[in-house]
Amino acid sequence: MSDSGQDHPADLPAGFSDDPSYDDPSYPDPDHAHWFDDDAGPVVRPYAMTRGRTSHAGQHRLDLIALVVAEPAADDPVWDMTLSPEHAHILGLCRGRPQSVAELAADLDLAVGVVRVLIGDLVDEELVHVTRPVPPAELPDESILREVIDGLRAL
Amino acid sequence: MAFGRFSRTGAMHAVSPVEPLTLKILVAGGFGVGKTTLVSAVSEIRPLRTEERLSEPGVGVDDTGGVEGKSTTTVAMDFGRITLREDLVLYLFGTPGQDRFWFLWDELAQGSLGAVVLADTRRLADCFAAIDYFERRAIPFVVAVNCFDGADRHPVVTVRTALDLDPGVPVLLCDARDRESVKDVLVGVVEHAMSLARERRRSLSAGA
Repeated sequence: MSDSGQDHPADLPAGFSDDPSYDDPSYPDPDHAHWFDDDAGPVVRPYAMTRGRTSHAGQHRLDLIALVVAEPAADDPVWDMTLSPEHAHILGLCRGRPQSVAELAADLDLAVGVVRVLIGDLVDEELVHVTRPVPPAELPDESILREVIDGLRAL
Repeated sequence: MAFGRFSRTGAMHAVSPVEPLTLKILVAGGFGVGKTTLVSAVSEIRPLRTEERLSEPGVGVDDTGGVEGKSTTTVAMDFGRITLREDLVLYLFGTPGQDRFWFLWDELAQGSLGAVVLADTRRLADCFAAIDYFERRAIPFVVAVNCFDGADRHPVVTVRTALDLDPGVPVLLCDARDRESVKDVLVGVVEHAMSLARERRRSLSAGA
């Protein structure tokens, strides 16, 4: 795969570093450019931070609106120091409130496929669990849809 | 309802945050018809990137000169979130406009509550593909005619005939820039989904 020209290298977290500055609002700053191998070109390959994995073993594809919920064990600050910046970023966002897969991908500015793999790692570590969204056909009755309509009207 | 850790721990911990019910509505239509505008009228909007294998038809459409080895592409789509209640969240996904990204739609469409097909009367043919797609998969959809300034205001019946729509499919006129108008369109989708579900239940109980 080559540089698509659409990626913004400056916006991409730079891989495997344990540097806790991931939560620095100015991150990623240009000083981190040395993380890139000169030969690697300007772009971090999207799946570099998953160490090349494009899917997660033993897990079906996570729905975009599946919610990632932090477990109590995730509150231990030690994780911020030991996880990769991207894993820690996901965990940090989920501690606040459950986050959908789509929101996590948008917030991290990573492709959805990459985020799915990273979430799978956190599930393996028992730091998060993932809920399965209820398909509309399985809703028990109309009450939920009525609430959606009421909620939309009240916006 | 959950997998991963949930099943093993058996029960939620006491301080668990509320786990909302999440639903999604798709926004489809031709390129430049106003999908992004519609989503942003009711929601904070963010681009969502997905890295996907480039389908065969994309070769030759994309300028792949010099990057012949390129077999995946980054597809961006619009994505919005509407918090209806603390425990009820609606997500909007603007489907990628180009036909060659249809394969992305399958994932989006699965489990969706319904869809908006946004139409421009000057280029009605642009939404044929989306209508076909939702009809074939029995996904509830409404056609929302985006009333662009300067575009002729075709009566709803003319649009319905031109699109050869099933009589049950609602056709609404809207202004994708206007929050109230977009709210009406989304309410229309949910109401339509609800009436289809009701019909389905009725025919099931009649058959039983």
